[in-house]
Amino acid sequence: MSIQHDRARDDARPEVHARPGRIEADAVIGVVAREWILYGQSWRATTFAAVVEPTLYLLCFGFGMGALIGTLAGFSYIDFLGTGIVAVSVMFQSMMPAVINTFIKRRFLHTYEGILAAPVDVRELVTGEALWLAMRSGVYGCVPLLVAVGFGLRPGPGMLLVPFIAFLAGFAFALFGIWISAVITSVRSMDYVFSGLFTPLFLVAGTFFPLTELPAWVQNAAMANPLYHAVELIRGSVFGGLGAGAALLHVGVLLGFIVLMWFLAGFQMRRRVVG
Amino acid sequence: MTTPVPGRRLPGSASSTPVDTPPPDVPALLLRGVVKRFGTLTAVDGLDLEVPQGVVLGLLGPNGAGKSTTMKMLTAQSLADEGEIRILGHPIPAESKWARARMGVVPQHDNLDEELTVEQNLRMFSFLYRVPRARRKEAVARAMRLAQLGDRGDTLVDDLSGGMRRRLLIVRALLHRPELVLMDEPTVGLDPQVRQDLWGVISALRDEGVTVLMSTHYIEEAERLSDEVALMAKGAVVERGTPADLVAKYAGSTVEEYTPGDEGADVLERRVREHGFTTRRTGVTLSVLRAEELPDSLRDRLGTPHRRASTLEDVFVTLTGESVE
Ligand SMILES: Nc1ncnc2c1ncn2[C@@H]1O[C@H](COP(=O)(O)OP(=O)(O)OP(=O)(O)O)[C@@H](O)[C@H]1O
Ligand SMILES: [Mg+2]
Repeated sequence: MSIQHDRARDDARPEVHARPGRIEADAVIGVVAREWILYGQSWRATTFAAVVEPTLYLLCFGFGMGALIGTLAGFSYIDFLGTGIVAVSVMFQSMMPAVINTFIKRRFLHTYEGILAAPVDVRELVTGEALWLAMRSGVYGCVPLLVAVGFGLRPGPGMLLVPFIAFLAGFAFALFGIWISAVITSVRSMDYVFSGLFTPLFLVAGTFFPLTELPAWVQNAAMANPLYHAVELIRGSVFGGLGAGAALLHVGVLLGFIVLMWFLAGFQMRRRVVG
Repeated sequence: MTTPVPGRRLPGSASSTPVDTPPPDVPALLLRGVVKRFGTLTAVDGLDLEVPQGVVLGLLGPNGAGKSTTMKMLTAQSLADEGEIRILGHPIPAESKWARARMGVVPQHDNLDEELTVEQNLRMFSFLYRVPRARRKEAVARAMRLAQLGDRGDTLVDDLSGGMRRRLLIVRALLHRPELVLMDEPTVGLDPQVRQDLWGVISALRDEGVTVLMSTHYIEEAERLSDEVALMAKGAVVERGTPADLVAKYAGSTVEEYTPGDEGADVLERRVREHGFTTRRTGVTLSVLRAEELPDSLRDRLGTPHRRASTLEDVFVTLTGESVE
């Protein structure tokens, strides 16, 4: 190893100096860049999962149950299910990796230790991780919709809103997952998360069946479930019929959830990575 | 090639702070009365350390002395309970991000991204370190050359040998041509050839005026590379100076080693110490420091000495009470 004296030393110096207290795009992009590079290697598998899973759900539930149900809450079952699965897959694509990968990167790979020795602060780290998952959700969230169209869902201009809703919901769930990953202390406790939190979240959201038949208290609890609001938004934009007030409410809840989780995730992650 | 103009605002980034270069008399590192506790354990206990710009400072200390904890506090990955820390004049942790942009960090425990290749690891850090877009490619190529990994760009980190990983870890910290480099035991586990190569890198950094804080257990390394060494024990700096000065002050020029006969090392040691000499024991061998000052009358009663030049290791053992490699 010999240092090349071929250039002035200042040449590659960082030009935009890190400013405390501000979220800097470069730092966030650096964090996203890691995931983007990894995605370059894993996109086939990711895409495979993103296509096959909703296809299987739609095949089995759509034909198996659809034949028995016919229409549900005014929708044909395939329409109801197809839009529900968009939201479910957004949640799976964002919250699951947020819990698992973030935990592994923090505890076992020491990835964050390396990143945080560079001019990146914890909030930028959290934002970058969540942003990546949200972008991925925005793209892959559309896949089940396209699959559902193949199964007979009526296409319409409102579908163009779905990537944005998927992004928003994906951002919310990613931050939620990152917060959880910073709360838990072992891989074992992930069982609690997946069974105790994940399952009720995706069951009680009006994804596979409408909430109307459930006990009142469950219906009320579902109002706090971001997935419910994502489902309502997606269904509303694909089929229309969602009033401006209701749409604003759902978007508002998702945004509020994002703000809350952004603070919680940053706070808890900081407690874990700064001694 | 561009020459940075102090105070210049960068094109296209009106809101960014000027590129400010601290005046040369501001210390690169300043720690005053720094304390770090973990529960009941005080890992760093009133540490005072000042490192001027452009100096290579070797941080020597036994296991658990608090070297790594100190390094972590400099990157704000660990927060001090008491005391003041400044890097190039900027307070830490308040302005730690600013400091980290000018600092390269080689941690004691490898935190390379095993899922990525050599080239990808460097590319990612070129973003994190804000290497300007136009220079990223070149910075990565230069780092790979420096680590002699030019042809291993596509190898996954997981598939590198231990020595290659360490080289990569080191050049990753140099991607952005930092003004200050922290190295926590950078040569542990390297074969002699690679270690020498690395010494070359550190010397070159010094020639470029980079400030280096390097902890090590290899005394020879500290002696060779450091402008100054600081000896750390129990969370504080116990002594500090150039290797030559420290050796002269604590161990004189000559050490005499005695292998005691029947009467045993204890008796011999007591006899020497009564005359105010410092000794150290290695197995049954008794070493007398500053032996050039031994009066002949005393030396005659000790036996036949083996003479050697005093080293920094003698100083280390004397001051920390611990032995090293
Ligand atoms: N996160 C932590 N929690 C509890 N104790 C810690 C933590 N980090 C360090 N310590 C303790 O602080 C003391 C100093 O540790 P440190 O790693 O700084 O030593 P060191 O000088 O780097 O030692 P070595 O040469 O073995 O690397 C040790 O007793 C260590 O056990
Ligand atoms: Mg250490």
